[in-house]
Amino acid sequence: MIAAIAIALTVNGEPVTAEVKPRLNLADFLRDDLGLTGTHVGCEHGVCGACTVRLDGAIVRACLTLAVQADGSAVETIEGLSDSGEIADLQNAFRDRNALQCGYCTPGMLITAQDLLRQKPQPDRAEIREHLAGNYCRCTGYHAIIDAVESTARARTERAT
Amino acid sequence: MKAAAFSYARATSIADALQLLARHGDDAKVLSGGQSLMPALNLRLARPAILVDIGRLSELRGVTVASDKVTIGALTRHVDLLGSREIAEMLPLLREATAQVAHPAIRNRGTIGGNLAHADPASELPACMLALDATLVIRGLDRERRVAATDFFQGIYATALAADELLTGIEIPLPAPGTRHFFHEYARRSGDYALVGLAAMARADNGRLSDLRLGYFAVGDRPQLARAAARLVGVDVTPELVAEAKAELATELDPATDQQATAAMRRHLAGLLLENCLATVLDRPELARGQSS
Repeated sequence: MIAAIAIALTVNGEPVTAEVKPRLNLADFLRDDLGLTGTHVGCEHGVCGACTVRLDGAIVRACLTLAVQADGSAVETIEGLSDSGEIADLQNAFRDRNALQCGYCTPGMLITAQDLLRQKPQPDRAEIREHLAGNYCRCTGYHAIIDAVESTARARTERAT
Repeated sequence: MKAAAFSYARATSIADALQLLARHGDDAKVLSGGQSLMPALNLRLARPAILVDIGRLSELRGVTVASDKVTIGALTRHVDLLGSREIAEMLPLLREATAQVAHPAIRNRGTIGGNLAHADPASELPACMLALDATLVIRGLDRERRVAATDFFQGIYATALAADELLTGIEIPLPAPGTRHFFHEYARRSGDYALVGLAAMARADNGRLSDLRLGYFAVGDRPQLARAAARLVGVDVTPELVAEAKAELATELDPATDQQATAAMRRHLAGLLLENCLATVLDRPELARGQSS
C-alpha cells in the first residue's frame, strides 16, 4: 500500500490541505477531491488542453501535473477566474460569437485566451491562433473562438484608453 | 488513462536525489517538469515503482554566461529559455527552436534537462545540442562526467545516462562572432512533433562555408549530424554541389514511415531544409527550392 502524502496549497485563493496518493493528478484532485468540475479531463496525456489551469500564475496542463507537485502552490481554476469577474467580458464574447457548442473545451480555451491577453493585450489573429494551438475544439472550427478573443482584446484596449 | 500506482520522494538536494536513484535503480524515474514523463505514466508506457522529484532543486535552474560558454541548468524551463536575454543574444538558434516546442502550457512546466534526457528523436532541442556542439554534465554519487551531445543520444528514448545518474546541466560553447544559424521544422500542426526538422549552425567567409553543422531531427532513431555537410565546406556552393549534398543526405538519413509521413517524404523534406538552410546562411535565396537551376 502506497502511503498518501500531505499537501497544502491554495485553490482560487482559499487554503486547502489534503492527503493524496502520489499518482493522483491535479485535474482529478480538483474534480474529485474538491468538486471543482470546471476543469475538464479530455485526453489525459497533454494533447487537448481541456484541463488547463493556472499554477502560480502560469497556465499548465493539470493532467500532466501531480497533485503532490502543487504542494505549496497557488492554483486557479475556471471557477476562480469566473467568480472573480476577471474573464466576464471574455465569457460574454464567447457567448455572443457562438464560440462554443458542447462547451467541453471552453474552460481551457478561456484560461488560455486570458493568459495570452495578460501577456499581450493586442494580439493579432495569428498570435491568437498560435497561443490557442494546444487547445482542441471539436465543434466550432475555431474561427468563432478567434473572433471572440480578438473582439475582447479590442474592447479592453478601447476601455483602457 | 490513469497512471499506475507509484511511490514518490521529493529530493531535498542533488546528493539526496542521487542517493534515492542509487537505492532504487531501474525502479525509479526522475520527475522534473513531467511533460514527457506524465503522458508516459498516464498511458502506462512507463510503470516506475517510485518517482524521484527533483523539481524543487532550484540550484539546477537558470542560465549563466562565462567568457567562453553558456551553462544552462537542467531544470531551466522552456519558458525561462524563451525569456532569457542571454539566450536570445548568444544562442538565437536555441530560442527559435524552443518556441517550437509544444504549447505555452507545456513550455511553462517542461525543462531542458527533461527534454534532453527523454531523448525523443523528433524533439527539437536534442538536435540543437548537436548543432551547438553542447556538452552534457552528468552527476553520479561519486563522480561528475561530461558527455558530448554527439555521444549522449543513443536511440529512441535512450541516452548515455545510467539509472543512478542525473543530468544536471548543459554547457554550450559561445559561437564565434559572425556565426549564422538556421532552424525550421515541418509539422502537421503548430506544436506537434516535427515530421522532419533541421537545427543548423554555420560560419561563412567570403561566400564559402568554413563550418557547417546540420542537426536533423525526426529522421531516425536519434538526432543526427549530417555528414553531407562536409561536402559543402571550403568550396564554392553551386546548385550542382547542393544536388550532390542532397543525394548524400538521402542515403545517410534513415527515417521511418508512420501515420504522419513516409520515409521518402521525410527524405524529400530533409533536402528542402538543406536548400533553405544554405540559402539563409549564405544569403543566397536562389539556392532555395524553385530558385536554383
